[in-house]
Order: sequence, then structure tokens, then C-alpha cells
Amino acid sequence: MLLRHTPKEVIAREGLTINPAKTCQPIGAMYAALGIHGCLPHSHGSQGCCSYHRSTLTRHYKEPVMAATSSFTEGASVFGGQANLLAAIETIFSVYEPDIIAVHSTCLSETIGDDLQQITKKAKDDGKIPEGKYVIYASTPSFVGSHVTGYANMVTGIAEQFAQSTGEKKEQINIIAGWMEPSDMREIKKLSKELGVKIVLFPDTSDVLDAPQTGKHVFYPKGGTTVEELKSIGDSSSSLALGCISAEPAAIALDKKCKVPFETVDMPIGLSATDRFIMSLSKAAGVEVPDEITAERGRLIDVMTDMEQYFYGKKVALFGDPDQIIPLTEFLLDLNMKPIHIVSGTPGQRFEKRMKEILRRIPEANFKNGLNADMFLLHQWMKNEPVDLLIGNTYGKYIARDENVPFLRFGFPILDRIGHSYFPNIGYSGSLRLLEKILNAFMDRQDREALEEKFELVM
Amino acid sequence: MEANIHFPDPSKVREELTQRYPAKVAKKRTKSIIINDPETIPEVQANVRTVPGIITQRGCSYAGCKGVVLGPTRDIVNIVHGPIGCSFYAWLTRRNQTRPETPEHENYITYCFSTDMQEENVVFGGEKKLKQAIQEAYDLFHPKSIAIFSTCPVGLIGDDVHAASKEMREKFGDCNVFGFSCEGYRGVSQSAGHHIANNGVFKHMVGRNNTIKEGKFKLNLLGEYNIGGDAFEIERIFEKAGITLVASFSGNSTVGQLENAHTADLNVIMCHRSINYMGEMMETKYGIPWMKVNFVGAESTAKSLRKIAEYFGDEELKAKVEEVIAEEMPKVKAVIDDIRPRTEGKTAMLFVGGSRAHHYQDLFTELGMTTVAAGYEFAHRDDYEGRHVLPSIKVDADSKNIEELKIVADPELYQPRKTEAELEALKEKGLEINGYEGMMKQMMKKSLVVDDVSHYESEKLIEIYKPDIFCAGIKEKYVVQKMGVPLKQLHSYDYGGPYTGFVGATNFYRDIDRMVNNPVWKLIKAPWETAGNGKGAELEASYVTQ
Ligand code: SF4
Ligand code: SF4
Repeated sequence: MLLRHTPKEVIAREGLTINPAKTCQPIGAMYAALGIHGCLPHSHGSQGCCSYHRSTLTRHYKEPVMAATSSFTEGASVFGGQANLLAAIETIFSVYEPDIIAVHSTCLSETIGDDLQQITKKAKDDGKIPEGKYVIYASTPSFVGSHVTGYANMVTGIAEQFAQSTGEKKEQINIIAGWMEPSDMREIKKLSKELGVKIVLFPDTSDVLDAPQTGKHVFYPKGGTTVEELKSIGDSSSSLALGCISAEPAAIALDKKCKVPFETVDMPIGLSATDRFIMSLSKAAGVEVPDEITAERGRLIDVMTDMEQYFYGKKVALFGDPDQIIPLTEFLLDLNMKPIHIVSGTPGQRFEKRMKEILRRIPEANFKNGLNADMFLLHQWMKNEPVDLLIGNTYGKYIARDENVPFLRFGFPILDRIGHSYFPNIGYSGSLRLLEKILNAFMDRQDREALEEKFELVM
Repeated sequence: MEANIHFPDPSKVREELTQRYPAKVAKKRTKSIIINDPETIPEVQANVRTVPGIITQRGCSYAGCKGVVLGPTRDIVNIVHGPIGCSFYAWLTRRNQTRPETPEHENYITYCFSTDMQEENVVFGGEKKLKQAIQEAYDLFHPKSIAIFSTCPVGLIGDDVHAASKEMREKFGDCNVFGFSCEGYRGVSQSAGHHIANNGVFKHMVGRNNTIKEGKFKLNLLGEYNIGGDAFEIERIFEKAGITLVASFSGNSTVGQLENAHTADLNVIMCHRSINYMGEMMETKYGIPWMKVNFVGAESTAKSLRKIAEYFGDEELKAKVEEVIAEEMPKVKAVIDDIRPRTEGKTAMLFVGGSRAHHYQDLFTELGMTTVAAGYEFAHRDDYEGRHVLPSIKVDADSKNIEELKIVADPELYQPRKTEAELEALKEKGLEINGYEGMMKQMMKKSLVVDDVSHYESEKLIEIYKPDIFCAGIKEKYVVQKMGVPLKQLHSYDYGGPYTGFVGATNFYRDIDRMVNNPVWKLIKAPWETAGNGKGAELEASYVTQ
């Protein structure tokens, strides 16, 4: 047993987090910034954070993840990091030639009290930002929120700092992507195209973190929302924010700045959430849903009816980020499964409220988010009431192995498998893929463990 | 061998590597880009600050302390005091394998502990939460040891992790709690953290248990972290040769081993950078000499074993070591004989770590490959030029505040294992006793040495030299591979290994053969890209009817 020290008995903890179901804000900011074309993320702090964030994103995507750092040493930590950031901006524009530098803070620079707005303004005033280039910023101390809110903060920064309103509305809709994979973003674009809706999707990491092997390293890959597009979001007719934690703050900021009305929907994971997404988008654009999308939905429902016996009553434990696991939990319920243990390290009351609603039918379900809502707790819950399936990021494999539970990798980070960046988990086809994976997890186990006399060609 | 390799004009290379930099940056970087001459080794600027904005391989002091040195010891509960991220990223990502005595024995390596500091802790201080966390860890696990690691904000807000540790240690009585001030901004890289870790382990662990282990030839293995099972292979060889391993710093180690380490009669050092302090301090306090060895490479392993036998000066051991080598080598030879024709004459670049860029050159040599350029990520001048330069290294402001422990001989336990004269005689025989000759002496004339290579420089180097393989870490892996050059990770080994010892050497030969000769590299271009676009081209053949 690799987690042999995890006792069954749950004792409340206040000081110690064990096996966290979250990580820190800057990595989210870095990920979001990679979804802008020609952008180099920059970590304002010591170089360790930047190194860790790049490493984790690289392991998750198996792709280059470029980002620079202010490389604080003790001096900067005492006297402030302004000189480091100014020097960094100069070096970056001359060596790496990005169109945009997206600076995010770290615990260190926030504790010192560096003011990114003031420093970037100084950089501009000192002529360190070449004509036609941009330095944007977001404040992302990790003693607040989680990687998810860090993502939200950078997306908000992008919206606030690029959006302009010319007074002339454009016939386009902003889709603000919550933290999703490049494959998911590609799927959003595909669905919008099928619907015939012109959208600006931001951020957009497709064609950035799933770049092809060409024998040439392209420092700024072809994907990412362009500056032109980002400037235009202030003129869009409305915004659709996918996820209340990771996307909505940007929609609010944009509404404040440029009066772009918005609606927040769940990330389209599973049948019901995808239904709502399609409804909202088609309504916002005033278009009819084409038959192709209805057929796609029909195929998903078809499998749900065909295979319903395998889902019924199966107990599930899951951990991950709120914007994903809220709709995922709902999907599990649509499948007639029983999500009974759920944790998310990301704080915020929205999670609790939504989960309460969604889990009405399962009063015995345990769920917790925020401080000390960690995988250690989830594991303890599983020891008290075992489940048939565990869903979560790669770190879940240790629990799955100890408890001999089928395991579906879902969320961030997935360090030991590929696929997440190429095949979507959203929309009807993405949901079908999830469903297939869940089925396979159950059936592979049956095939492996059934008694000989009960082993059959089809079980 | 030199004749086969054509080196591009090194001074031109240097110019090309730095021309894009702002003038001040270029001037600074030039001092870290050096053309080697093994006869009269030039000075390399190393262990200096990375220029802000440069995309560097380097990490932080916390990574060096917790991640590298303390991480592999399985029965310590390592609590990271700070916001959540630092602990999360260091969770199981270094591949330190470990083998507890039984399935019930303590092993906390799979766990990640953090105080998950919140804003109010930053504003009002985090010591209370830290002590609460220590208490909870104690109540849950009753471990022998709890170590506390400070991350960046902790130092700034003035939390005293040492006082908190002491208080809890005294409160528990049966659990050794101690702290490390390894905030990420200390020093200029992971290296500072190594030093801080060495100090802490020496102060709080070594020397606590005087039990004398059985065995005639007792040593500690320093600077070996059991990535991919490296230490397992070395342990296997030691056991076969009748050498007793008292403690390993710190791959596959336990608290008990470290506390007992001072009873060994020799310290052999693998990674000089991360652990030389420990060797020095143990020599001063207990009289245990240290010796640089290298178990990376089959020949190097044989050589290191012979040196160990020579040190103990025992004929029986010498014979046993020869026996082991004679038994292991044929298996190695069978593999290399098969592979070498396919790797001979190829070139490699290594930019990694603080010792691996040196050690792995031995394996490439065994493969008949030449290292055309190499450098460390966080080493010091002595790792490049040899320890004789130590007196001339200027300690700058960034390193000055890393504590140098004042060590004196232990009144009871100091016992020189060898006399000065004996040590001199061993040195005469070529044993690197209390010494290390560094990487450059082994590298070819005109090869390039670059310290703390930047992303920009490595891309340029690849363009200029077109190496057959590039060795670095995860952040560089896919960048380099996108350029069509395979990258071997020498931190995580791409999840392979072990690469030490005899078995490890054959693993490495096979992996490199696989990588440099993988047909996939030739499939990158689509046929229409190489044969001209289909547009407008005539059909080459048509269906012929009878
Ligand atoms: S938690 Fe803070 S200090 Fe730690 S890695 Fe994240 S940003 Fe850096
Ligand atoms: S630099 Fe500081 S904050 Fe960043 S990972 Fe290292 S210890 Fe943590």
C-alpha cells in the first residue's frame, strides 16, 4: 500500500493539508497567457516558481511551455522587484521578441508588495516597451484562491487590458473559456461553426499546446487569440462565460468596462451542461440549432440508453476543479450513477451551492471545497464508504491502486497519459468519450476479476 | 578521437550565442561561455545570478533542499511551510524510488504535506498554523522525524521555523522536528538549497546514533538520490563486493541510516555539487575522509570500485572487487558490442544539473560518442575546473548569507580513519581523496562549456552543432525535440533507468541507441513536403489498362 499511513478515521485538520486537490495561482495565469497569440508569460518572483509551473505544464502537455522569470534573489526580496521586472522586460523584448508579455505575480512579489500596474506603467514611460507591443499583468498571490482563480485573474486581466469599445457593435459573441484543454477549445470552435455563430474565443490554447511536430521549434505557435481579436471583444454583442469560477470574472470585468452583457453557463461537460451551452449560444446569436448537432446529441443519448445497466447505482468519488466537476457530477447523475465523495481544493461558496442543488437526490453524498478539502480526506471517505470509480488527476492513481478502484484520469494535471490535449471532454462527442472511458474502466475490471465460471463473452 | 570531430570556430559560436542580448547581458553571458582546454583550464563564470527575463533551466533553493536532498528519505514527514504550490510541484516529480524493509514500514514519499498558507497567515504570521500542522502530522502518523521547509513568503514575514520546530520537538520528546530556511530567493539556484540541506541534516541528524554496524568495509554513499533505482543498482554491487553501506545521502535512505552515518569509514561522493559540504563536515568532525567516485558508466563503476578497494587497502576486498568486475563486465560488453557500431561517431550535448553533465559523458564515451558542449544548471566553478580553484572563488552577495557551519572535531567521536601520510599515498595512486578534478579536464580541447545555458543559447547551439542527442530536463525536452533532435532527460531519465552501475550502463546504451536511431525522426516531413507540393504537379504514374 503506497498510501498506507492514511487512516480510516477522519479527524478534522486545520493546519495541515495532505495531498492537495489544488495548486497555486500563477500556473493558471501562465496557462491562460499561453492562449494569447505571440504572448510570453512572465513570472514575477524567484525563478523556482516559474520552473515548477513550466515543468508541470510541460509534463501535462508534452509540449514546449515557454515563460520567463524575474529571477529574484535576496536583494530583490528586500528592496522590491521593480528593477528585476524592468530589466526582464528589456531582455525579453530583445531576445524573445514577443508581441505581448503577460506578467503574473507570485507569493514573493505579493508579500513584498510590488505593484505590477505601477511597474508596467514605468516600463512604458521609460520606453522599454517597443511600439505596438504590450505588457499586461495579473495579480496572482497563491495564498489566495488556487490555480483556477489564477487562471481567472489572468483572463480578467486580458479582457480588461485589451478590450476597447469603438461604439460600434460587432456581430460576434465572446466565448470566455474556463480552464479547459486545447482539445476542448477546438471543440468549442467547431460547435460554434456548426451553429453558424461568429465567436471570439479567449483564451485559446489550441494550436499552441498541441502543436505539430515539424522539425522546427516555433517559439510562438500559430494558435492563440490574437491582439486584434482581443481588442474587438469590447464591441461584441455579448459574452458567454464557461464556468463560474474560471471564466465569469472576466465576463464581469468586460461588462463593466465595455458594457458587454454576459451569461455564465457551466462548462459543457456531459449532456445537460452541453444542452445549456448550445441553448445559450444559439439564443445569444439568434440562430437555430442545426440537425447535425441534434444528431450528435442523439448519439450520446443512444449510448446512454444502450448501456444504462452498467452505470446504474455505481458509486463514484471525484476530485478536481469546480468548473469541471460541477457539470461532471451532473453528468454522472444523468447516467444514474452515484457521486458520493467530492472534493475540490479551490475555495468559494459557489461550489457548495451548486453541489447542494445537483446532489439533492443523494443526501448521503460528502462534498467539501477550499481549505483542507484534499485528497487525503477523499481517500478517508472512500475507506469509510467504498466506491466503484475514482475520477481525478494523475495523483489519484495512488488511491486507486491502494483501494483497487477503477480510475478515470480527468482534470489537471494528467502527467502520465496523453489524450487530454487531443480529444475533447466537452460537447456531446467529448461526453461520449468520457462515457466510453467510464465503461471501459468498469468492463476492464470485470474482465480481469470475474470468476472463471462467471466469465463470459459479453458481461 | 579528436580528429573525427569538427568543431565550429568556437569564438564565432560565442558571438552568435550572445549577439541578441542587450550589451550588458551579453557581456555577462560571455564569461559563462567558455572554450575548453583541458591542459590549462580556463575560468568559467558560474553560480552567479541569472539575468531577469532570461529563460533559464534553474529552479530555487527550496527545490534543492526539499526536492533534491531531503525528498528521498522515506520516513521523514516533510512539511512545506508556505502557500500550496511549492509543495504540490515537488510531489513525486523527482522519481526517488525507495524500498521499505517491509510493506508496513514507514514511507511518506507518496504524500504531500503543506501548511497551505493563506492571506491572514501572511499578514499576521504563520507560525501558529505551522505548529498546528506539526501537531496534526504527529497525531496522525507518529513519525520519527518531521522536517519543515520554508518557502519564499515565510522568510519575509519573519516566521521562525526553527523556534517552532524546537518547541514542538521538545513537546513531543519522541519526534525529531527541525526546520530549513530554504526560501526560494536564497542564493541563485537550487545550489543554495543543497548547502542549507547539508547543514540541517548534519546538525539535526548525523551523529545521533552511535551503534556500530557490522561489516569490515563500511562507507556512506553521498549525493546519490535513487532516481529510477540508481541507488538500488549500486547497493547490489556493494553487497556483491562485500562493501557495507551505512547510509545513503539520500536515495533509498531512512532517518536511522542518516543518524548513524558517522560510524562509516569512508564517504564516497557521487554528486559533488549537492553534497560536498557533508563530506567536508564529516571529515572535520569525525575524521572520515571523502572520495569522489562515479558509478555512471561501466568503466567508471569498475574504476570507482577499485578505488574503494584501494582505499581500504585490503587484499581480499581487492580480489573480490576484481571478481565482481570480471563477472559483470562480459554482460556489459555483449550489449555495447552490439550497439556501439550504431552510436560511434555521434555527438552529444549535456546541459543539466550539477554533476550529471559530467558523469554522463563517461557513458557517451563508452558509446563512442563525443560531447561537443556541456554545462551545468547550478554548479560552481569547482565542479567545472576542479576543487583546486576553491580558494580563488569570490563569494558574492547572493551566496554570502548562506550559513557556513563552524565545525570542529568531536571531542569523543573524532577518529581519523587514515593518517595524513596514508591519505597522501592514496592520492598519489590517483584517488580523488577530498578532491574533485571537475568536468573540464575530461572534455576535449575546443569543446564548449556553458554555465546556466539559456533557452536562446541552446536553440542556437543546436542549430550550429546539430548534435545527435541533447541531454537536459523536462522544460527543455519538447522544445529540443520539436527541432528534430532527441532529448534525453537526465533528471527523470524519461522514466527509465537505473543508469548507474553495470546494469544501468546497459540500460543507458539501449536507450540512447533507441533514441538516436529511432526511425521516427526521419518521418517528420510529410511526403508532399519533401517531394514537392501536389498542387500543379503531374501524376507520375497512371493506371495502365491491358
Ligand atoms: S505557491 Fe507561491 S511561492 Fe509556491 S510555487 Fe506557487 S507562486 Fe511560487
Ligand atoms: S521560488 Fe520560492 S515560492 Fe517559488 S517555488 Fe521556490 S520556494 Fe516556492
